[in-house]
Parts: sequence; C-alpha cells; structure tokens
Amino acid sequence: MMSGQQQASDLNSITSIFESMSYGPAPEAPNVAQAWLDDHKRDFGLFIDNKWVKPEGRKSYQTKNPATGEVLAATCQATQEDVDIAVKSSRKAYESWSKLSCHARARHLYSIARHVQKHHRLISVVESLDNGKPFRETRDADIALVVRHFYHHAGWAQLMDTEMREWKSVGVIGAIVPWNFPLMLLTWKVAPALAMGNTVVLKPATYTRLSALLFAEICAEAGLPPGVFNVVTGSGAMGSMLAGHVDVDKVAFTGSTGVGQTLRRLTAGTGKKLSLELGGKSPIIVFESADLDSAVEGIIDAIYFNQGQVCSAGSRLLVQESVQEKLIAKLKERMTHLRVGNGMDKVIDMGAVVDESQRKTIDEYVEEARKEGAEVYQASASIPEKGLFYPPTLITNVQTVSRVVVEEIFGPVLVVLPFRTAKEAVALGNNTIYGLGGSVWTEQIGLALEVALNIKAGAVWVNAHNLFDAAAGFGGYKQSGFGRDGGKEGLYEYAKPKWEERARPAVQDSNLKTFGATVQSRPTIDQNTPKIANKQGELPTIDRTYKMYYGGAQKRPDAPYSRPITSPEGKVLGHVGEANRKDVRNAVEAAHKAAPGWGKRAAHNRAQIVYYMAENLELRRDEFAQNIVEMTGKTLEDAQLEVDLSTQRLFHWGAYCDKYGGSVQETTLYGATVKIHEPVGVIGICCPDDFPLLGFVSLFAPAVIRGNAIIIVPSQTHPLAALNFYQVFDTSDLPAGVVNILTGDRDHVAKYLTEHQDIQSMWYFGSAEGSRFVEYTSAENVKRTWVNYGIPRDWANPEQGQGEEFLYQSIQCKNIWIPMGDIFAN
Amino acid sequence: MAARNTGMEFDSSLVENVHINLAAIKRRAETLGTRRCVKKQWQAAWLLRAVTCIDLTTLAGDDTESNVSRLCFKAKQPIRHDLIQALKLGDLEINCGAVCVYPNRVADCAKYLKRAGASHIPIASVATGFPTGQTPLKTRLEEIRLAVSEGASEIDIVINRTLALGGDWKGVYEEVKLMKEACGEAHLKTILAVGELGTLANVRKASMACMMAGADFIKTSTGKEGVNANFVVALVMVRAIRDYFQLTGFKVGFKPAGGIRSAKDACTWLSLMKEELGEEWMKNDLFRLGASSLLGDIERQIFHYVTGRYAAAHELPMA
Repeated sequence: MMSGQQQASDLNSITSIFESMSYGPAPEAPNVAQAWLDDHKRDFGLFIDNKWVKPEGRKSYQTKNPATGEVLAATCQATQEDVDIAVKSSRKAYESWSKLSCHARARHLYSIARHVQKHHRLISVVESLDNGKPFRETRDADIALVVRHFYHHAGWAQLMDTEMREWKSVGVIGAIVPWNFPLMLLTWKVAPALAMGNTVVLKPATYTRLSALLFAEICAEAGLPPGVFNVVTGSGAMGSMLAGHVDVDKVAFTGSTGVGQTLRRLTAGTGKKLSLELGGKSPIIVFESADLDSAVEGIIDAIYFNQGQVCSAGSRLLVQESVQEKLIAKLKERMTHLRVGNGMDKVIDMGAVVDESQRKTIDEYVEEARKEGAEVYQASASIPEKGLFYPPTLITNVQTVSRVVVEEIFGPVLVVLPFRTAKEAVALGNNTIYGLGGSVWTEQIGLALEVALNIKAGAVWVNAHNLFDAAAGFGGYKQSGFGRDGGKEGLYEYAKPKWEERARPAVQDSNLKTFGATVQSRPTIDQNTPKIANKQGELPTIDRTYKMYYGGAQKRPDAPYSRPITSPEGKVLGHVGEANRKDVRNAVEAAHKAAPGWGKRAAHNRAQIVYYMAENLELRRDEFAQNIVEMTGKTLEDAQLEVDLSTQRLFHWGAYCDKYGGSVQETTLYGATVKIHEPVGVIGICCPDDFPLLGFVSLFAPAVIRGNAIIIVPSQTHPLAALNFYQVFDTSDLPAGVVNILTGDRDHVAKYLTEHQDIQSMWYFGSAEGSRFVEYTSAENVKRTWVNYGIPRDWANPEQGQGEEFLYQSIQCKNIWIPMGDIFAN
Repeated sequence: MAARNTGMEFDSSLVENVHINLAAIKRRAETLGTRRCVKKQWQAAWLLRAVTCIDLTTLAGDDTESNVSRLCFKAKQPIRHDLIQALKLGDLEINCGAVCVYPNRVADCAKYLKRAGASHIPIASVATGFPTGQTPLKTRLEEIRLAVSEGASEIDIVINRTLALGGDWKGVYEEVKLMKEACGEAHLKTILAVGELGTLANVRKASMACMMAGADFIKTSTGKEGVNANFVVALVMVRAIRDYFQLTGFKVGFKPAGGIRSAKDACTWLSLMKEELGEEWMKNDLFRLGASSLLGDIERQIFHYVTGRYAAAHELPMA
C-alpha cells in the first residue's frame, strides 16, 4: 500500500496527469499585494488630503479573504469627527478644483487612468484577495473597466465647456459603494464626479475597503491635488453621517434598494442631489430562434459572473416553452464544467462569495425553494470544502409566486420560467419591481429589438449579458433606482444648471404625517361683485363651471367639493373642483391607458399636435391674457407676454419632439450600442403659482413631447388658465389621457400623487415642506423626483424655463447593446 | 475505442433552422484561454498529450523524400531523447498522432516509418483534389483509393465547396458518402475548408452533412485558406459533434488544422475539447492537431520545464 502522500504525488506525476488530463492549480502570486499590506503594517487609517490619517481610539474592522478566512488587514471605523474632517478637506479642495480649466482636470483624470494601468496587476490581486472574486475577472473585467472609465472621463473633463455648456459642478460628492465590484463601482462615481469639477468623499463597503485605499494612494501618486478624493472607511451608520453631512451636495449610491430608500429619506428636502443604482432581478429571455449553445454561455455570463453578486445578474431565465427542455439539458451539462475555487486560482469560473452572512442568505433562499417543491440542480466540476463557496445553482419547477423568483438573491442562483409567446415573455420580464438589465436571445433582429424596447430596464443586451463600458450609462428603471453611471447621460448626475444655486431649506422638522391634509372650501359670499341680481333689467352672467380634466373628458370631482378662485382683490372668478385621492387614482389610470400608445406614437405626429396647440393658443391670445390679468393682477402687457412666451415654448418643445430620441454610444462593442431616450412613464406635476400659464406650459410640454403621460396640478391660486387650456388640448388632437388636469389643494393632490405606486416620477414646484415630503415619500417605490425646495425660478427666462434640465427630467436612458457580425471568412 | 461512425440517412432537418451567433461565440472563444490554463507538471503532461495528437504535416510542392523522411523520424521521436528521459515517463512512449502528406509522398512515409521502427504511426494522406477539390469526382475518388493502396490509413478529404455554397447539402453528403466507401478501412477526415464557407451556419451544416455521411473526423481547414483553425469555428464544430453524438451515439473526432503554432494554444485546444466534449475527446482517436511548426514550440516548452531555461532553436532537432 502506498502512503497518502505517495498516492497524491503519484496522482500529480506527469504520467498520471497524462492519463487523467486533470487541471492543476494555477495560482496567481499574491506576493506584491502582501508586500503592500506589509508596507502599511496591515493596519490602515483613512486617506484624507493625500495623507494617511490614523485618529486615536477608533474601532477597527478586520478585513478577510473570503476564500481562506485569512485576515488581510485591520481597517479604521471612522466617526462623525472623521467624516467632518474629510468633508471639510473636500470642500476646501473644491474651491480650487472646480475652478481648474477643463483641460487641467482632463490631465488629472488621464494621469489617474495611466497610474491605474501601471498598477493593474497589484490592484487586481488586492481586489481578488479582499472580495473573493476570481482574479481573472478583476484583471480582465473590473480593473480593465476602471482604466477605460478614467480615460473616457478624462475626455468628458476636457469637453465639459463645449458639451455641458448649460451645466456646472455640484460641490462635494458623498459616494457610497458596495462590495461586489469595489473599485469598479467607486470609479463609476469618482470619474464623472471629478470630470465635472466636483470633489469626492468615498465610503467603501465594509467587506471590501482595500482597493479603495490602494486607489487613493495611486491617485496621490498620479498627482491629484489633496482633498479632491478622500476615503473614509466605516460602518453603515458612518455612511449615513456622510450622506447627512450638511456640506455634502450630492449623494451617489450603489447598493441595495433598502439602503437606497433610507438615503432618499435621509436626504429628502435638503437640496442635495441623489442618484441611486440599486437591486435587480433581470430577465434572460431565450426564444426558440436563438443560438441555444451561445445562449447557454450567455446564461453562464449572466448569472455566474462574480458568483451572481451582480446587480444586473440575469437571475430569471425566461425560456420559450418549445425549447425549454433542450436548453435546460444543455445548461445542466455546461454547469458540470464550472469550477469553483480560490479566486487567485486561474483555473476557476467562480470564487468565494463575500461573507458568511451572504452565503447563508443564498442558502436560505435555495432551501426555501426546495421546500416549496422546486427542483434544485447544483453542479460543478470542483468546489473546495472550506471557504465561503456556493455552487452554481439552477432552480426549475418554480412559479412567479415563489420568493426565489421575486426577490434579489445576489448569489449564483438562477430560476427558470417558461413562456409561450413574445408578448408573454415581455410581461413576465417586466413582472418585477426592478428594472436594471435584461437580455434577449434570438437570431431574429425584429423580435430582438421589439422585446428590448419593451423590457423596462436601463440596459438590454441582445445575444449577450453583462456587457459594460464607460461610454454607455448603466442604471435602473423602477425600484432599481435612478441616475446613470457612465456615458454622457451619467454626467448630469454630477452637474447642475449654471443659473441654479443649491437650496438649503430649513424644513427638516416639517411634519410628514400631516402634510397635504386639507379641509375643503365652504361657500363664500363674494363681497365685491355679486354675480346675481345686477342692475335693473340686466341678466346675471351664466355660471362658468371649471371641471377637472382626465381621460380626455371634463370630470367632476369624486367628492363634489369646490374651491373659489379669486382675483387679487378677492373677486370670485370661478370655482374649481377639489381633487381627492380617488380623482388621483382615476387620473393615473387614464394616464396609464394613454401612455403606451403616446410613447410609441411617431415623433412627427407628437410635434404636429404640439404645434397645433401653439396655433390654437395664439388664436385665443387675448382671452388667455385677460384671464391672467384677472387672476394675477398683472398688467395686460405682462399677461400678453406670458401668453406669447407660452406659444414660443410650445414651439420650442414641439421642435424637440423628434430631436432627442437618443444616440449611438461609442462603446468597445463591435456592433451598435444604442441609447434610447425613453419616456419616464406617468409623471405627476405640481405647477408653481407664479406664471399660471407659462409655468403650466413649461412643465407639461417637455414631458408630453418626450412621450410621457401626465397628471398635472395647475397653480393652486390661479388654475383657470390651465383649465381653459383643456379646450386647446381638445382642439389640437391630443389623445385622451395624455394630459390630465386635477385642481384643488396642491399639496393634498401632491400627497396622493407621490404616494401612488404607479407614478414613475413626481415634479413638484411648491413649498420647501412639500419638496421634502415628495422626496421623502418617493422613497417607497423609488420614484424619480424633481422639486424646487420652495425656491421660485424665473419661468420667463429661457435658461430657467426651458433648459436641458427639462429634457433630462422627461426621459430615462435605456442602452441597447446589439453585437453584430456574421462575416468571419471569405 | 468507440464504434466508428457509420453515418446515417441524410436528414435535412439537421441542416435547416440553424442559428449561430458569431458575436456570442467570439466572446466564448476569447475566454477559453483565460478561464483555463495549466502550469508546472500539468503543463508538461498536457503538452505531451498534445504531441500525441499532432498530425505532423508537410503539404508542399517541394516535398521530397529527404524532408518527408525527416518528418517521419521526428514523428517517432518528437521530443529530444534526454528531455524525455528527464520527465521520467516510464513505459509511456510519446509519438505524434500521425504524419500527414500528399498522396505522392505516402510511399515515402511507409518506407521511412518502417525504417524508424514506427510503422504503428498512421500515415494520413490528403486527397480529393486537395486543397480546392476542383477536380472531377471520379478522380477524387480514385485518388483516395490510390493513397490507401500506398499505405495511408487515414484520408483527409476536402468537401465540395461549390455544392456547399450553393446550399446543396444533400450533394455534399452524397459525395462524402462515396468517399467514405472509397476509404474502406481507412479513417475518413473531412476538411470543411471553413475559410471558404462564408458563414458559421454553413460550418455547422457542413459538419452535419459530413457526419451524416460517415466522417470519422471533421477537420477545419486545409491550411491553404485565408481563415484556418480558430476557436470560433471550433466551437461550432465541436457543438455539432456533441449534438450528433446525442442523436446517434457515434463519437466523431475533431481536427483543427492550419495556423496552430504555440504550445499555449495547444493546451487551450485540449481544454476546449475537455470543456465542450469531455476527456474522451482529448485522445488521438478523437482529437488531432494538424500542424507543422507547433511541435517545435512544444519541445521548447518541455525543454524549459526540464531545465528551467529557454532553448535556442538550434538546440532542438528540426522536423
């Protein structure tokens, strides 16, 4: 008998390998990374002002290699005091950084790209050690994308003056990033932020802090001025300190939907910008017309890339019934070849998951599905016994009601649902609160594009999954968040209109519970000019009843209460309905009925309708002007100017109907990456009180021309101009339900609009308290918001009343990746 | 050894509704070499295995007895004797999978392999108007018979690209079937000449037509077309082999040829077979590498494994 050792060495002899043709280990050497950790005595402080800062008496967090459990280093748990120091440093740096020339900033970003490239291998190793993910992925995906991102954004820094003419920097950015792509995702924040002239305080995720600290050192080496990029490490609570810091002007977050909602509430009403890139449950839709073998590879890329810890992971496989059996058989066979192991080994497909708690969560989901009677298939060619490894998992025999189908698992777990037709595939694909990504597999281009357009998600890949590039924005629809990382579309998250100063309203103690409560109006006796019983023999004027307007028809309020609308002198000009939550419900329904058709309508046709509105408004110029005079007490001249500006504005937006559909992105893809500016959906809009007509037109027109359906609340005090406008809509062939007008107490209606789960965005031009309420309440379904924090704007000024900002708010970006190629030889 | 493919009736459904996505296959092909690699003794073992799968080839107008004889002796002893000794392989003898020549050189091979004491190494002959196939069917078939009678036990034929590009897959099938008959006991390798088929869908269809006609191997290319063996066409072909196996139970071999030069690529080719078809397809009864200069690079790598130093070309016996 051979001893165990002999046996092992025998198995590893050339002759036995020659027979077995097994793979041996191929570990990447960690020596340089280990030396870097040793340079820091395996004890890291915070990186502020290009210096290592080690405040006394802080708790520390031991960061581990999830593949082995080996402690890599101690890191610092920053406190409020540390956050203050970091933000102060970035604020100071902002003063000079934001004033640098575009070219100077471009040189800095270029230098960062260069220096990251110089340390590509070291960063890749550190990232793999700290996160557990395969070194192959950090080397070929994560860090390669980091480099690409900085080069790309060096370009945006250079071009800011020409390409972002209406925009300026925001200030100090608080960036909070997750552990799944630690350096790549921080780059997605830092690169555009710096390019647009902001400075950044970054909080890396608890589990994965090392690459951020290394990167900070590299930035300093690259010559980035002190304070432009600071790193503070700490707990989730410290993240809230950063987000809540009064001198942080914008919070950029990637992470879970739950934390995203917390941040929305935390920053509500403060005047801070916010972008959220959250969770997902992205579909992979495979049609019978697909190259099934390639689809199998795509599925592997979609769900097992980075152990499934990818926000855009394709975690729901929707497969056409006719090829389900064939595809699943191929997939199961393919899975037996997947190798799971230490991330530093170059012969693996999947590494360790990030932490024991994560592994446990994944396992609980899978076990629950098993208990429900689902079929769980787990296979792999190799998996270590120790370490935080989870096998590639495929779950069949599940239904839409299962938790594994509904919730984001964030692990290597794929669920399968069959579909019968393309229409059903789209319905199943969209049957989720998320909307981050999705892929479509078919060789029929017509089918592919139609499904891609119908999937409500920020990125749709045709015959591929999980392709990323700096030139294409990444981000979500629905509860996957708002804002984009990458591309020109991503720059807007780090810029604000030049004319605008950050609002800093003091409303943090406003009562959110009682906001929008209202007691409807009771009858009033008009003291000045009684309508009835005039002079002897003269007839009383016919009562003018202003109704609300939705679904293309005039509607009485659900509960018939009315509010008098008076002139500045107190003269009652008419009564309008008091909308309540049921009116909101009805109007939203009407809007949703109209939205899909309106969004698909030819742009030329939408333009015709808007020009026609202008034509009809012009015809009634005097009447509208007179009405404005009566309501506001403006001079006739001013009122006429308001009508004329409204007509101009309709022309302005009419012109944009067919000129803002999107563009082709210059990504590294061989093929076309097409950015589509899709409608946001149904938008709730509360209009300002000043400029009762121009404010109304300025807000509804951009929304409508970009294909949204809206529920709009005109000026609370002067709503009659807007109500007169529904006759303009009717005579201009605007389809029913595209514009819906509710009147009454603005904040009361705003409350129910914001609380409605099926409104995709809420625009609010009212009080600071209302702005806070809207932002806070929108967290529930992560709807987009646009509020004024109680600060009026000059609607007559084109910069303020019709800037690019309006387009930004009226669309959401979808990037469709269409790889091409059939020619390979003669 | 698996039962030889006897082929099947032409089934048109296997050459219809073919969906192949080049871009997706390219992505898979690009990561084959980065997802898998072998180091140390694994690398040495894999390289030796690769050597045993090489069809050591010379297919040139100026081939004569002298270079063909050199080729035969090199096939017998592909790695320098002292290096093999150092690897401690025991009884394991490393020869190339075959020598591959034009029909006119088959007799030379038979003579010199015998002289080298290596008559067990198969002689593969190209045939059927190689490389273009633009000769009458009658002479193409006769060429096979002559090569076999001279001592070739493997015949590498080229398919009729005129028929293929015209979409006449039944015609391709019929011709290959006749060629299989002409081979008799000799193994039939069908060269698809992928570089002249225009699309990957055609590569798949040609693979299927050849296998249905009874091919023992399907082979990528002659080495004379603009596009030769690459991982993209390979994926299409090995997946066709897999599907054909699942359909019929016959295991058909795969031979990439043309442009395979580096030892690292040889390991990736083996890994491709392992990942897509399994270990059975990594032996020379189901896998061959058609190459001439590849062996030199492998020998250099083995030299490095044994000595820790990189060899100069003149230190290794040329083929």
